[in-house]
Amino acid sequence: MSVTETRTERVEGWNRPPVIEPDGEGELLEVAMGPHHPSTHGVFRMDVALDGERVVRLKPVFGYLHRNHEKIAEGASYLASMPYTDRLDYFCSLTNNWAYALAVEKLVGQEVPERAEYIRVILAELTRVQNHASSIGFLIQEMGASGTPLMYAFKEREKILDLFESLTGSRMMCNYMRFGGCRVDVSSAWLDATRKVVAGLPAFVDEFEALLSSNEILMARCQGVGILRSELAVNAGVSGPMLRASGVNYDIREVDHYGIYDRFQFRIPLGDHGDIYDRYMVRILEMRESIKILEQALKDIPAGPIMDPKAKLRGFRPKPGEAYGRIEAPKGELGFYLISDGGPNPYRYRVRPPSLINLTILEDMCLGQNVADVVLIFGSVDIVLGEVDR
Amino acid sequence: MKTVEEIKTAIEAAVPGAGVEFVSNPSPSAQHSLRIGPDSAVAVATFLRDDPELAFDFLSNVSGVDWPDKEIAENVKVTHQVAKTIDGVEQTVEETVDEMRKRVDPGYLEAVYHLYSVQKKHGPLVLRMRTVNRSDQVGLPSLTPVWRSAEFQEREVFDLYGIVFTGHPDLRRLLMWDGFKDHPMRKDYVDPDDFEYEPTPHDEVLRRALERTSREQVSEGTREQGTSGA
Repeated sequence: MSVTETRTERVEGWNRPPVIEPDGEGELLEVAMGPHHPSTHGVFRMDVALDGERVVRLKPVFGYLHRNHEKIAEGASYLASMPYTDRLDYFCSLTNNWAYALAVEKLVGQEVPERAEYIRVILAELTRVQNHASSIGFLIQEMGASGTPLMYAFKEREKILDLFESLTGSRMMCNYMRFGGCRVDVSSAWLDATRKVVAGLPAFVDEFEALLSSNEILMARCQGVGILRSELAVNAGVSGPMLRASGVNYDIREVDHYGIYDRFQFRIPLGDHGDIYDRYMVRILEMRESIKILEQALKDIPAGPIMDPKAKLRGFRPKPGEAYGRIEAPKGELGFYLISDGGPNPYRYRVRPPSLINLTILEDMCLGQNVADVVLIFGSVDIVLGEVDR
Repeated sequence: MKTVEEIKTAIEAAVPGAGVEFVSNPSPSAQHSLRIGPDSAVAVATFLRDDPELAFDFLSNVSGVDWPDKEIAENVKVTHQVAKTIDGVEQTVEETVDEMRKRVDPGYLEAVYHLYSVQKKHGPLVLRMRTVNRSDQVGLPSLTPVWRSAEFQEREVFDLYGIVFTGHPDLRRLLMWDGFKDHPMRKDYVDPDDFEYEPTPHDEVLRRALERTSREQVSEGTREQGTSGA
């Protein structure tokens, strides 16, 4: 059975992965990929059944990093969970902060001053650039290019992390946003340094793309592999660059206009085929769009307060009710669902993890493919286990 | 987007006897929700997904919520017939006293679904379903056949809250290991003492691997354990 045959079976509204029959020659080989396989980005296991080289079954196994983040947050005050959100997706702590702050601000009806909104956009887009660069680096590394593209990406990421460190005091665990604003103001020196880094980013993306985009090995390994069609992607709740690589025009920055995203001009890159190469390309193009947003935000950032003076900091007790807030995190839709019973702690605190939900269709993408491609397909989803297992 | 009340009317017109209830949300977010009956949940969900005007094709989030049994103490005015001696004469007098009464509000488990529309770019619509109680009638229909996105999330709710989703194609624990007994996100969950206990998830795989090795040992007879090879 060829790959195209397995695809056509699935088109007719059938949202379960098809059953692939082994060809009957030889016996099935069961392989546990992980939990310590280097390509799993952490501790994650895929129980794979192989017929020769071909994958006939794949079951992901989760929970190696589970620490019940949600239960811990129910026992802590609202603000006390802010540093813990850094540890969800530890590559993108600032977008995690933002998603949580946004949900709480919706819950209490809190306004955010303009300058703080600009700072949030700048930090979120910097986070997106470094996340996409390193996720591409990891993808190429899994293809066999040991280190070189990853080090190119990390060189640029390090400049961005230096900016984070000088502003928030920490490279990765930033704990920067607050309900109603941000923790410390940016200095003009910091803004100048950021402008300098942003001015260097297009050259970095150009160089990255010149090295990779038309690379013969990358094209041979990625094109037509791990195809995800758009109907299934929407039905399975896939979000972020994965969804857009399948050709679905859905970017929460543009749909919800949360924060001040309606003020910026940017385009939404879309893929045609939904294969690994499209996901790679969408990430490259999103980096370029993020740079555009950064240039506009750094040009327009106004003076003013960074915290709403009416924001309640002590004795923070939202009135009973609930709210769901979501943002376009680099990995997809990151949402927080909060229920308040009027107490100082959330009654219910739920994280909608894009990494976990994007893995729902991992089996669908891998069935019928070679086992060597599973590593690439998995790498193209771009997950962080801290967020998958919570 | 239609308001939640209009969607309620639309559901009631399309799915007769759906038993939809409007749940108001007093928070400034104003994300009101609809409580749907478990019996018609799949029909309602399919209608919401397939209706061309609503087109809620994207199930974003599935959360479990635990509402434990609540003991409510309230003051009730009670009138008693009391025998009293007034001026040396025994009389029956009505006397009203405050009495503390306790009643138990039965708890339930709740599954909350947040829907968006990718086609129409609107949302969220919040759907809720509740179980009968928290102990023996904890079944709810699974919405995974309608939205594949619920597959792992319903497994997680089953794992951490113990809601049994009927119709789910593969209902297993997601985060805790298979031998685990309790549901840790419930409000009355108590940590066990033996934190040292670590299960090995390879049990089944290990058993089959050992079987295979022993089979090969019998047939070939050349392999011995401890030689790090053949």
